[in-house]
This record gives sequence, C-alpha cells and structure tokens, in this order.
Amino acid sequence: MRNPQLNKHGELQHLLTLDGLPRAIITQILDTAAPFTEVAEREVKKLPLLRGKSVFNLFFENSTRTRTTFEIAAKRLSADVINLNVATSSTKKGETLLDTVDNLCAMHADMFVVRHESSGAPYLIAQHLENTGRDHIHVVNAGDGRHAHPTQGLLDMYTIRHYKKEFHNLTVAIVGDVLHSRVARSQIAALTTLGVPEVRVIGPKTLLPTDVEKMGVRVFHSMEEGLRGVDVVMMLRLQNERMNGALLPSPQEFFKVWGLTAEKLALAKPDAIVMHPGPMNRGVEIDSAVADGGQAVILPQVTFGIAVRMAVMSMLGSH
Amino acid sequence: MQLPEADQLIAALAESMRPRVTPDTCLVGIHTGGVWLAERLHALLGLSQPLGSIDVSFYRDDYSAKGLHPQPRGSRIPFDVESSHIVIVDDVLYTGRTTRAALNELFDYGRPARVDLAVLVDRGGRELPIAASFCALTLPAPLPAGQNLQLERDDSGALTLRLIHA
Repeated sequence: MRNPQLNKHGELQHLLTLDGLPRAIITQILDTAAPFTEVAEREVKKLPLLRGKSVFNLFFENSTRTRTTFEIAAKRLSADVINLNVATSSTKKGETLLDTVDNLCAMHADMFVVRHESSGAPYLIAQHLENTGRDHIHVVNAGDGRHAHPTQGLLDMYTIRHYKKEFHNLTVAIVGDVLHSRVARSQIAALTTLGVPEVRVIGPKTLLPTDVEKMGVRVFHSMEEGLRGVDVVMMLRLQNERMNGALLPSPQEFFKVWGLTAEKLALAKPDAIVMHPGPMNRGVEIDSAVADGGQAVILPQVTFGIAVRMAVMSMLGSH
Repeated sequence: MQLPEADQLIAALAESMRPRVTPDTCLVGIHTGGVWLAERLHALLGLSQPLGSIDVSFYRDDYSAKGLHPQPRGSRIPFDVESSHIVIVDDVLYTGRTTRAALNELFDYGRPARVDLAVLVDRGGRELPIAASFCALTLPAPLPAGQNLQLERDDSGALTLRLIHA
C-alpha cells in the first residue's frame, strides 16, 4: 500500500504522522528548516513562498502554542491564515467534520492544519480529499488524540540536532506520562528512524502503554536508573485532563518520584539537554530550578518550532 | 566555443569595478557560483565589509512549478543593508529572474542607497528589463536555451567556466 502521506512522486503530500515517514523526508524537513531560522532577524520577516495561498487552522481542541506557531509560520511564508474557532462554530450546530471540510474547500482552502481530540481525524480529512480528487489541498496534523503530533516530534529532532549535531551516538530518555502522549509516540518514531541507538522511556507502569517495548525502546521504572548517562532528557506533560480513573496518587506524589530535579538530572551526562513540549506543570513533572536552568532548551524548542513548521508548509505548498 | 580563463575575466571585472567602489561597498554573492566570484572580488578590491550571500530558492518565481530546492542554503547578510552601497555578484547573467529574486530578497533586509550588479559573463536571453553594471564578457550572440554556462570550482579552489550541452 502506498504511504498516504506521499504522492506518486514520493513527495510529501500530507504530514499525518512520523511513524513510517522515510528518513530522507525527515532529514529534508530538518535541512529545509535551518535557513528559515534566520528570517526572524530580518527587517521584513516574510518570504513569498505561500503568497496567495489560504491556510485554515482547524482546531477542534484547545491549543495556544501550537496554533500560534503554525499561524506565525504560515504568515512568515506570506500565506493568508484563517483561524476557525471550532468550539463556537457549525460543529456545535451538528455539522459533520467532512461537511465542514467541504465548505472550507468551497472557500478555496489550500491547506488545513488540524488538531482533533480523536485519533485519525486528519487521516479522515486527507482520505476524503484524495477520494474527491482534490490533490492540491494539503493536511498537516497538529495533534490527534493520543496518536501523533508530528511537527512537535520534528521540532524536537531539530533541537536535538542543533545541540548534539548527530543522532547515531545518543542515548535519549523520554520521561513521564507516555500513555496519554501523542508527543511521545512521534518522538519515538522520529528518534528510531533517525538512528538513535538507545531510546529509553521512564515512567510508572500505569502511565506507560502496555506494549511500549514493541516501539523499540528500553523501559525503566526508576528515574535513577533511566537517567544515568543520557545525552537528552525529554520531559512530558502530565495530562490530567485526559485521565479518568486512579492512575496516580497525587501531583505531589508524582513529583517526588518522577519529577525532574537538579539532583536527578545530575545522573545524566554533564552536557545533557532538557526538553519539554509545553505547557509545563512546574513542581509536577519538572522542578523550576531545572526548567529555568542552564541545561534547559525549552524556549529554543518553541523558536525552532516556527522554522520547522515553515519547512513543512513550504514543502507541502510547492506542488 | 572557446571560453576565456576565468581568472583573467575576474581580474578584468575587479578593475572595472575599482573606480566605482569604496571600502564600505558591500558584496552579496548569489549561490553558488556568485559566492565564489564574490570571495575573489572581495580580496582583489580590498573591501572591509563582510561578504554577504543569497540563496534565492525562497524567492524564485517558478517555485510553484519546480518546487523547493531540496537543500536550500539560506542567505547571510552580515551588514546593515539600510543606506549602504551593495553590489550583487553572480557568475552568469541569463534571463534576469535570479537577479530579480535577489533584489526582492535584499529589500526585505532594508533599503539600500544603491544596488549594482556584477557578472562574469552575460550570455544574453533576458526575459526581464535587467542589465549588469559590471560585466567582464558579453557573448556576441545569445547562447541557445538548451546550453548551460556556469562557474565551477575544483578541490584546489581554482575556478573555470564550463559550457554544458543539455
């Protein structure tokens, strides 16, 4: 079966997941993003690549950082950006997802940036566009359910490459609530595709997926063991809003065992970097002293995220 | 067709520019041949401003037809464009579309006082109203569209002009 993200020439048609995306395409996105980082330093922070194109931000779930950085990225490429506040729109009046998409296509959309609480919603849209012969319209997954958040995974890879140069000699630990995290799934897919020899996940059994080893990672149930000697620590947000049932005793208890403190970080390599996809729960998964400390690269991640999203959108918009 | 030595042309180009540049003149090479040429001119003319470079991939007017260059190298403008004298440097002037893209990009950094264009060879075939301020060699007749004229650099750094028949 053809990869639904690629067109018949092997070019990126939609960005839906990093799982199964060829290494060459991931590398091309990172290489394309590099020159975009410099655009922010210009007098005119704009490139004409998507001039005259309409990008629709379709966010069925709340987000500030991701929606804003997608909006900035599209605007820096000179696209017209339309933000749909779906919570107060026709969906509430009973319109189906695909009817909404058809209506926006009738308004001459060129690209949809989609966030949805249901895994697979961006796939459904991409498939619908293909079935109706609208090959010129592209879909970017901005996070779907527990499934994937590919641009976050890509910006994390960009950040790691920026600070560590290579992937083939790294040990990377992903820490915390992997079970509810689409970010973790995208990170694991990208890290293994790019050839990171050791990817670890660290967390309590209740917050790790049951078959997590099958994703090619080493599992640790202790911070002290898991963090030893790592080059990169990728913290995850504790997703209280996605939890039902008693997976955890309390945030305080979680911090005591799984929170990243300076003391625990000292077990990693001295030049290890600390990442977090945001928004952070200070004092729950990460201590303020670490979040604001010299090893944290959390704010550069946000800045790189704009360049990476520009790269994805310009590659999609070029055919 | 017998092509002249690139080094001779570069020396002649530098001499033609000398009366019109000051130490504060800024050179901007267009990737890739223009950057090599700009490096040589920068040394020959003894300019003090750091060298700039432009990759016009993001400004091409054929982006939607040809797509994005697989490995854009980005642009580097390490001086203040506002009110400066800038010379855009390219190895070969052909349709003029690359020059237009470079001008567009340059103006996104600020408003220069004056912009000139220096090229090693004018091969004819312009599709836009663009002319070089400095040119070492103008071909007597335009080259046919199927032929590609470009500057090449070997491992030792030596530059040669090469004509490729597509």
